[in-house]
Amino acid sequence: MLKTFSKGGVHPAENKLSAEQSIKTLPIPKTVTIPISQHIGAPATVIVKKNDIVKVGQIIAQSGGFVSANIHSSVSGKVTKIDSFMDSSGYKKQAVVIDVEGDEWDESIVKNNEVIRDCNLSSEEIIKKVGELGIVGLGGATFPSQVKLSVPKGMTAEVLIINGVECEPYLTSDHRLMLEKGLEMLVGTSILMKALNVTKAIVGIENNKKDAIEHLTKLSEKFSGIEVQALKVKYPQGGEKQLIKALINREVPSGGLPIAVGAVVHNVGTAYAVYEAVQKNKPLFERVVSVTGKSVKNPSNYLTRIGTSVSELIEAAGGLPEDTGKVISGGPMMGKALNTIDVPVTKGTSGVLIIPEGESRRGKVSDCIRCSKCVSVCPMGLEPFLLMTVAEKQNYERAEKEKTMDCIECGSCSYTCPSNRPLLDYIRLSKFEVGKIMRSRKS
Amino acid sequence: MSEIVIYTIITVSVIGIIAAIILFFASQKFKVYEDPKIDLVEEALPTANCGGCGYPGCRNFAEACVKADDLSNLYCPVGGNEVMKNVAEILGKNAVDKEKQVAVIRCSGSYNVRSRTNNYDGAENCTIVANLYSGDTGCQFGCLGLGECVDACGFDAMYMDEETGLPVVIQDKCTACGDCVRACPKDIIELRNAGKKDRRIFVSCINEEKGGIAKKSCEVACIGCSLCVKACNYDAIEINNFLAYIDYEKCVLCRKCVDVCPTGSIHEINFPARKIKPQKKEKSENPDLVKIAKDKNSSETKE
Amino acid sequence: MSKLFTVSPSPHNYGKDTVRSLMYGVIIALIPTLAISLYFFGLGALIVTLVSVVSALIFEYLITKFLLKKQPDILDGSALITGLLLAFNVPSNLPIIIIIIGALVAIGIGKMTFGGLGNNPFNPALVGRVFLLISFPVQMTSWPLPIQSRMHYLDAMTGATPLGIVKEGIKNGEKVSDLMSQIPSHMQLFIGNMGGSLGEVAGIAILLGLAWLLYKKVITWHIPISMIGTIVIFTGILWLINPDKYLDPLFHVLTGGVLLGAVFMATDYVTSPMTHKGMIIFGIGIGFLTVIIRIFGAYPEGVSFAILIMNAFVPLINMYVKPKRFGEVINNG
Repeated sequence: MLKTFSKGGVHPAENKLSAEQSIKTLPIPKTVTIPISQHIGAPATVIVKKNDIVKVGQIIAQSGGFVSANIHSSVSGKVTKIDSFMDSSGYKKQAVVIDVEGDEWDESIVKNNEVIRDCNLSSEEIIKKVGELGIVGLGGATFPSQVKLSVPKGMTAEVLIINGVECEPYLTSDHRLMLEKGLEMLVGTSILMKALNVTKAIVGIENNKKDAIEHLTKLSEKFSGIEVQALKVKYPQGGEKQLIKALINREVPSGGLPIAVGAVVHNVGTAYAVYEAVQKNKPLFERVVSVTGKSVKNPSNYLTRIGTSVSELIEAAGGLPEDTGKVISGGPMMGKALNTIDVPVTKGTSGVLIIPEGESRRGKVSDCIRCSKCVSVCPMGLEPFLLMTVAEKQNYERAEKEKTMDCIECGSCSYTCPSNRPLLDYIRLSKFEVGKIMRSRKS
Repeated sequence: MSEIVIYTIITVSVIGIIAAIILFFASQKFKVYEDPKIDLVEEALPTANCGGCGYPGCRNFAEACVKADDLSNLYCPVGGNEVMKNVAEILGKNAVDKEKQVAVIRCSGSYNVRSRTNNYDGAENCTIVANLYSGDTGCQFGCLGLGECVDACGFDAMYMDEETGLPVVIQDKCTACGDCVRACPKDIIELRNAGKKDRRIFVSCINEEKGGIAKKSCEVACIGCSLCVKACNYDAIEINNFLAYIDYEKCVLCRKCVDVCPTGSIHEINFPARKIKPQKKEKSENPDLVKIAKDKNSSETKE
Repeated sequence: MSKLFTVSPSPHNYGKDTVRSLMYGVIIALIPTLAISLYFFGLGALIVTLVSVVSALIFEYLITKFLLKKQPDILDGSALITGLLLAFNVPSNLPIIIIIIGALVAIGIGKMTFGGLGNNPFNPALVGRVFLLISFPVQMTSWPLPIQSRMHYLDAMTGATPLGIVKEGIKNGEKVSDLMSQIPSHMQLFIGNMGGSLGEVAGIAILLGLAWLLYKKVITWHIPISMIGTIVIFTGILWLINPDKYLDPLFHVLTGGVLLGAVFMATDYVTSPMTHKGMIIFGIGIGFLTVIIRIFGAYPEGVSFAILIMNAFVPLINMYVKPKRFGEVINNG
């Protein structure tokens, strides 16, 4: 019996179309647009000027606070504009535009493919390096990694969990990374273990990626303390709290962080990025992006420079299909629908999913028939139907009491609702309003 | 038989007397003193409980009025000056006179002037859309057209115009309580002085993009060309972030700015129709003027 | 770019369940029961079912269109289920006019006065049934004999239900073991060879339906199991105390619509609680009330009343029985 989390969950069709495609490197584009806010937290501050010549890996924006991250140039060339550009939300945010000239890397970056296993840095040095080189969580939440590695006073990390679940349908970038860069990823894991001072790490992988499980299990024999654990396929297993519950059977308390139960979770992509940063001095300026969808000609995984336009990715995968109804940045359950494909790839773009016209529309909304399916699929033990009703009535005090803030926005409730009710939309609204109330209470 | 009747009467009377005594002592013991003035003030208020004054309800406002030393910070927008005068009389304090205000919609991007760039398919609620993305048109500032302000209005003073997709304020019903202003996630609605004879002039746009971009996303956007600033003899117009704003305290309703606006984003309300009105429309399509405005903007482009 | 993209909040993946698919799942589950009732009650069953279903659909359509002024969607299956369940809850010799009244009460008062599907606090079919039971007690409690009355409708030979026989017998001071000779064996009860309402007789068909519903994940096990379990335990205890006065638990479960109620009526989405814990409480409540009514009440059977009473408690259960929130109790096991 494979492990999984105990409460709720759904089984959407997997559709891992690009799982067999090895990672290809996308040609460097002519220009890149690098937004300065690619992470959760304060935006970075631009430190280059117009007409500056930058190299690949050169820092172009400085972290703007404790929860923030440095931004590095992903190409070499001339800064042509520093202006506001539309990002995946449609709102205009500040970004740096660089015209590409050649591909000259910063001297400090080690450019070979040799795997370096030993790391002699101390915990503090590792964390500092991770912060300097702009590493953020690559699972999609883009939380600055050095913050996660700095264990708050009074708490101790006991176990490092590496998230190789990739429970979102369609996406395969983590899967391919585990297969092709498994050794590097495990070295990255051991570096993270060192940074956290833990002796145990578990790599959790869903059982639909049997080749990756096999591959990593074999490799992990050479590492002490790293264990690979196969998990039963169930969405949203990739959620931090669900993964911790599945692997070590501990529940992160409501409103708390994983560290409260002694666990730190990092994505496999992050582990790989940490390896590259610490051992090769390479900042986070490229990542693996899956371009996929039923109508896409060649679903593939591309190693893409940050700032490349999404339209170029789609072009590389065979162009935008005629009947495209929706383009999603990320997976189908938690990804963001784009209103135009002329937006840059950022650190958090794990995939570009194209959905044909026929599947892009929601069904007609009808009255709640109280089937209680949303309650039974909620992995957080909430009552989505009730949260939606109180949000519609703007009864936010009640919403807070019913733990709306615990919602992880996995979308299982909206997915399963037979009446097509926009449950998550309204829960998000109530989270937004309750958050406002809570902040005003604090101040 | 008669015994039963008598016993019943006695029992019930005794129970009644005991209950009365308990109630008497309870009311003495748990009595909460409340200033009787609060009741009087509350009676004078419109009791719409709209929250327009900043208090949760009329009673809270009445309490605040009774407690306050002077009434300068307290104002019931629904009742207006008259009600405040009554309140002041009850309390023996002085009320401040305020101009009557009315809500105005600072977006005129109707369907035919503001093209759609995508189709929204989700819960019909402005805040949800605003938190998700910029909206289904090219303008990230404009009205989303899902009518959260109309739902928020407690006085039936707003409705959605089916043809334009924009909300409309019914001036006679609007009490300037500000519920719509708070409800709008895009901060489009503003409370402005109703003006003399209910006439007012305002910039019906809040697009802070550079002229060219704003014009591209919406034909009636303010492009920040500053022609109105030059036309105004009273320093009433200011441009910030490529957006003009007319200070209603300074504006004397001369309508000069309306005439010069190349995109027609300055609206005049309740003025008598003028003879040269057709010309205005011509102007809005005058490419030269727009071009001048554009050039001006591009030279101003920030680093 | 000529065509515009659609933008919506996540998730962008939609499950296959729709109201319609769930409702038709229930209807498929009702087919075996319908087949067996047609086998035992023949003509009468056919007429009653047809009249009930058709009038339920018509009333649903008319009320939605002209009173609620909404676009009617009578094919969503809910009115069909109400019609079928109402038919399953009445004897096969019920006059047409009474069935139509029942359907009007079920759809009109039981469902539409509250705003239609999803808003009714009480199970509509049961509202109709109980209304008829109280208004037309004679017609509603004359039970045609199975098989013999196959080709008869209003002129069918009638007899009492097994529960009725026992209740009457016990009242007259007879022993249960003596009464057993007058009623069918457990096996006969299981396949449905007894007097009773159309749908309540065939245990085996209802269990088939239950298996289908569970397989299709239309319902969960919580309500049927807790309800039947409570009845078994409660009547079992009484039976062990005094087998002369009380019937055995299996007999209780197989008669008087316990299975029909547990599988199809109590599990009605709209009128059952939202949480699994709540469902178990709901089921136990129904089981308990059923036994109380059967043994101490005036009616020989009490499933309908028990379900309606517990329906009234559903909002209360929903208010106080919450699912266990994730991370509510720190469990570092």
